[in-house]
Amino acid sequence: MNSTLFVLASLDGLSYAALVFLVSVGLSLIFGVLRIVNVAHGSLYAFGAYLAATLSLLVTPISPWLTYPALLVASLVIGIVAGGLIERLLLSRVYGREEVLQLLITFAVFMIMDNLQRMIWGVQPIYAAEPLKLLPNVSIFGVSYTSYQVIVLPVVAVLALFGLRYFLRRTLMGSVILAVTEDREAATAIGINAQKVYLITFIIGATLAALGGALASPTTSLVPGMGTEMIVLSFAVAATAGLGQIEGTAITALAIGMARAFVIYLQPEFEVLVPYLIMVAVLLVRPEGLFGATKLRKI
Amino acid sequence: MAGRSSALTWTLAAVVVAAGVIPILIPSMATLVVLILAKGIVVLGIIILLQAGQVSFGHAMFFAAGAYTAGFWGKYLGVGDLVVYLVVGTVFATILGLLVGLFVVRYREIFFGMLNLAFSMVLWSLLEKMFHLTNGADGMRVPRPTVFGMAFSPENFQYVLLYLTLTIAIVATFVVQRFLESPTGNMLRAIKSNETRLEYLGVSARRILLIGYVISAALGGIGGVLVAVAQQIATPEFAYWTKSGEFVFIAILGGVGNAMGAFAGSAVFELVRFYASAQLANSWQLILGVVLIAIILFAPNGLIGLWKRQRAARDES
Repeated sequence: MNSTLFVLASLDGLSYAALVFLVSVGLSLIFGVLRIVNVAHGSLYAFGAYLAATLSLLVTPISPWLTYPALLVASLVIGIVAGGLIERLLLSRVYGREEVLQLLITFAVFMIMDNLQRMIWGVQPIYAAEPLKLLPNVSIFGVSYTSYQVIVLPVVAVLALFGLRYFLRRTLMGSVILAVTEDREAATAIGINAQKVYLITFIIGATLAALGGALASPTTSLVPGMGTEMIVLSFAVAATAGLGQIEGTAITALAIGMARAFVIYLQPEFEVLVPYLIMVAVLLVRPEGLFGATKLRKI
Repeated sequence: MAGRSSALTWTLAAVVVAAGVIPILIPSMATLVVLILAKGIVVLGIIILLQAGQVSFGHAMFFAAGAYTAGFWGKYLGVGDLVVYLVVGTVFATILGLLVGLFVVRYREIFFGMLNLAFSMVLWSLLEKMFHLTNGADGMRVPRPTVFGMAFSPENFQYVLLYLTLTIAIVATFVVQRFLESPTGNMLRAIKSNETRLEYLGVSARRILLIGYVISAALGGIGGVLVAVAQQIATPEFAYWTKSGEFVFIAILGGVGNAMGAFAGSAVFELVRFYASAQLANSWQLILGVVLIAIILFAPNGLIGLWKRQRAARDES
């Protein structure tokens, strides 16, 4: 592997890791607070991407620069409307029920959203690369790369990471969320509205997934099945890091993104295998994930 | 009580007769009934694990192991015999179940589900990427096998397959029901209610779960062989996570308290899929999703639970 390929693979890995982080951290946050693995998370990612593409194509004739706010609007709309509806109408009815039922109700949402996506946007690939083309390429160690992928995406991911950290550790709402995560009953007893905390957390998580999708939409063609792949990948990242671990998710996303990018250049047929192999290997040694805390057994 | 149990026996007999007779009257139903029964057999395995409170979101790996046994045999050894496929596929799935099981039974709940998912996704990506061995995403064709050394025409073969599947389904149901009522089955349920107390009795919870896991893997392998032969193809999709989700879905739909739930759920699932994709273009997933939500919110014991509740209400009045 020569140095050009090395740089190229690193940049691929970086931009990919940024997207994967946004989706995974949403999944991880939702699990940390609601204790539900959201199987529909990949669908929120796909909806974010499709809506962003639709809005982008709509505003491009007016001014191509409007596509950037379009990406943001799309992720907020999906996060707040779809995320809010899923939590209020469905999840709020199964808290405290058997784990398998909680998992399956999000599986049902996945089936419905997957079907709706085909109905609304069809099965033909959709391209909306305007935001990518607007920004110039940058040269990094002699390799020319789109600045959208190597600057915008990582910057957004880092902003999301620090934003989340700040929100959870420095604001009142964040402290309330952490309190509910720690001990729901005690938190409710001192007057915290746990219902509201769950709703807000789910909306934040869903918005992050949709944001990942919206930001990914200029870099790839949108096809049915993109959400189905993303959910297992983000799941692999979140589980490898340890569910509920925000900083750990960032490091793991970077590691898995890099590993995947290098494998693409070295042994392309094993590309999809990498995240799952890493996940199996890590979970076998540390089931609570790389950064998760070991839990004591209840008697 | 006697009246209730004989009613159940009669219903069972009626269902078996229906599964055996309807396809003779409507030949196009034969393959559909095979799929219903074969998936029901796989779901029996899911129900066993659910007794212990464990959800496998990767059970499709055993399903695929069975299906690809038939596929590989057809590609590398020529047309084989259905009975040989079934035996080899089951043995292969059982061994795989034992190997994977040795790892996964150390974990519970979400970690158990995640590890299963990870293993099945590894299998899926191998099946899809090892193109020269497995034909990649196109899958492997499964030529119509002989049965007990006899070759059949396509029309006769579908009936042979149907009755063989029906027989296996009946046997599997009785074996699973007996297993669940056995001491080991009861200990499996104890893993769900209180594992530590189970261990205080001197029982290894891991070993009990491993026994259940291996049986459920074997059932997955049998179902995989039957579906691959019925559809004449095995594709990587057989190992994908959505397939695993589908099996858990069917288990919850039918109701997990009883082995019969597997077939009730499977029948509703396949019929909705069959008719909704024929009548209401491309909306079967939507319909099934709504059905699943309705079941979870309003009938958590599944279709069998609904049926029992209705009977109980009628007995009282």
